[in-house]
Amino acid sequence: MTEIDKKQDRSLVPSAFEYAPALESRDLVKLEDRYGLFIGGEFVEPRSGEFHPSVSPSSEEELADVAYGGAEDVDAAVGAARDAFENGWSSWPAGERAKVIYRIARILQERAREFAVLESLDGGKPIRESRDVDLPLAAAHFFYYAGWADKLEYAFPNRTPRPLGVAAQVIPWNFPMLMLAWKVAPALAAGNTVVLKPAETTPLTALLFADVLRQAQVPPGVVNIVTGDGRAGSELVKHPDVDKVAFTGSTEVGKEIQRALAGTKKKLTLELGGKAANVIFDDAPLDQAVEGIVNGIYFNQGHVCCAGSRLLVQESIYDQTIQKLKRRMSNLRVGDPLDKNTDIGAINSKAQLERIQELVRSGEEEGADVFQPECRLPEKGWWFAPTVFTNVAQSYRIAQEEIFGPVLSVLTFRTPDEAVEKANNTPYGLAAGVWTEKGSRILSMAQRLRAGVVWANTYNRFDPTSPFGGYKESGFGREGGLHGLEAYVRFD
Amino acid sequence: MTRLPVAKTYKLFIGGAFPRSESGRSYEIEGANVALGSRKDVRDAVRTAREAFPKWAGMTAYNRGQVLYRVAEMMEGRRAQFEELVGSQAEVDAAIDTWVWYAGWADKLAQVLGTSNPVAGPYFNFTIPEPTGVAGIVAPEEPPLLGLVERVAPALVGGNAVVVLASERRPLAAITLAEVLATSDVPGGTVNVLTGRKSELCPVLAGHMDVNALDLAGIVGDSTELERLAADNVKRVVRNGDGYSPWHAAAFLELKTVWHPIGV
Repeated sequence: MTEIDKKQDRSLVPSAFEYAPALESRDLVKLEDRYGLFIGGEFVEPRSGEFHPSVSPSSEEELADVAYGGAEDVDAAVGAARDAFENGWSSWPAGERAKVIYRIARILQERAREFAVLESLDGGKPIRESRDVDLPLAAAHFFYYAGWADKLEYAFPNRTPRPLGVAAQVIPWNFPMLMLAWKVAPALAAGNTVVLKPAETTPLTALLFADVLRQAQVPPGVVNIVTGDGRAGSELVKHPDVDKVAFTGSTEVGKEIQRALAGTKKKLTLELGGKAANVIFDDAPLDQAVEGIVNGIYFNQGHVCCAGSRLLVQESIYDQTIQKLKRRMSNLRVGDPLDKNTDIGAINSKAQLERIQELVRSGEEEGADVFQPECRLPEKGWWFAPTVFTNVAQSYRIAQEEIFGPVLSVLTFRTPDEAVEKANNTPYGLAAGVWTEKGSRILSMAQRLRAGVVWANTYNRFDPTSPFGGYKESGFGREGGLHGLEAYVRFD
Repeated sequence: MTRLPVAKTYKLFIGGAFPRSESGRSYEIEGANVALGSRKDVRDAVRTAREAFPKWAGMTAYNRGQVLYRVAEMMEGRRAQFEELVGSQAEVDAAIDTWVWYAGWADKLAQVLGTSNPVAGPYFNFTIPEPTGVAGIVAPEEPPLLGLVERVAPALVGGNAVVVLASERRPLAAITLAEVLATSDVPGGTVNVLTGRKSELCPVLAGHMDVNALDLAGIVGDSTELERLAADNVKRVVRNGDGYSPWHAAAFLELKTVWHPIGV
């Protein structure tokens, strides 16, 4: 048994603090026993005939049976989307299109808690995050893009933007509703129709979103939802009648999609993996920086493509930083996602847990030092304690590969040049963080870090007006802001 | 006896110098022996472009604009030579004017493509365009001069370094343009011009792991295989582009968003 295995052992260890449980009620969420596919404005039986349970990662409870769409189902959904595009939606007055998207935003705000609870149940993320981050941002995203629907000509000077047609959208399991909003809102605002493929392990909030579409009176076929696994996603992006593909997920799958679309003229945007550097200079406000480090890597169990998973600390403040970080980590509460005090919820799936464990083992084997605070992991479900590796070399897998879990790798640097060199030493380029009190250094670092988002003296902030997306192998295209519209229009 | 003219040797343009193909090969075209570039020439060109990239990208936009304008000035002085090569005064006029037009975009792209973003919180947030890195460009076969300029100038203006494959059947104008670039304060290695067989060189350019964007303007038939190779490192693939516009330049640009808290 390695040191990590011992820490992950389910034996009882004292927690730093004792809190009384503060559970969010599950009563708001009314689930069906089984869900078909949402095609042409109604739930239909999958032609594939296949159903699988969606499992709560915090309890291993089977929440509902969900259809796994096949080629015929994808074809039906694309057909419904095409029909809706040609026969109505594309000729809607833009102002009316705006109003129906505003309705979606409002209904999401009204039903936010219901969605938040279901998000935490199905995906394992802490209710504090789904309640305070995912759902407010998802609603804000619809509100923001609703306003663009009748103002598109102002976004592209000297060009006339037109909708593309049918957008195929494949989203990940880490922020199910937020990723849905990032994809669906700009697509609808630009006048496209949509076939959405939610992630295999987190389909339930997307299926609940079908009820929002009903309430908002979005015309049938404008948004279609095909649940399933990678097979459905693959069928969808390859479907010949799709005009646009938007994918968020791993770089590996992103490359497969880019290859599959080669020669097709379909418009493609990819938001892929990352291995962001969070750079701490010796003049940084250290207590704030430690909060930023923790938020950067332990937010959403580290299931964040822009997670600050490589910490670069200036040598002169290394000991102090690590000491403060370890003390702060000891106060993180790992446990029931529905408990309002929980900081770190469940790992999204067994497969993801195994991937994290495998990479953590590699870190130990390659010679890094590991630290985990003592914490009590629940008996059932999939969990991983917050972890930090020190004494990490740039060549270690834990410094190169995206772990997508609550695991931080610490490296050091002496000069700003060395920090830039190490930060950029990755095929990824999604995000970066920099902490310093010196204004000119912030701007210089922001300029030199090759990443689509640079957070200075903050981390993991998101906003519908703020474009998000990567350099290099982290993908292309932007989501959010005026730039996010470009992915869903063509010019005459 | 009448004087014998001195014929020009048409070579590659890599790193600001004019080497022959490392393969020692040439092909006879347009009445000259033109370097038949090899896979290694492509790799050398990409390496020198990568080395040149930080300097070109780091120049002020004003400075880059002036350099592109200088290219137009230098072309203007050699227009007779270009007209003789391409056989069209209109094409040369248009090529020169294209440099002037894009020169003016250098210090305007960030203002047209960038934004200040009113986020719902106490943060200062802005988005600016930055060059994607090394752009591989397959120039159209025709027109041999204007076609190349129309693809290179928009990639260059935003701060990218370029490796361009010239028209295979009419490469002389491209090499003559390289002579202009070499005397226009374009830093060595910022633009590299290769001549040779597209069938041999394009797959190397498309699959190169240190090329960030790929412009397939010069591929007439099926580009599926090249696009597939481009996916190996998630290249930005430009097919038709967007004519004379900042959107065409934007195809070679990344957008960077920077956040900072507002507080006392």
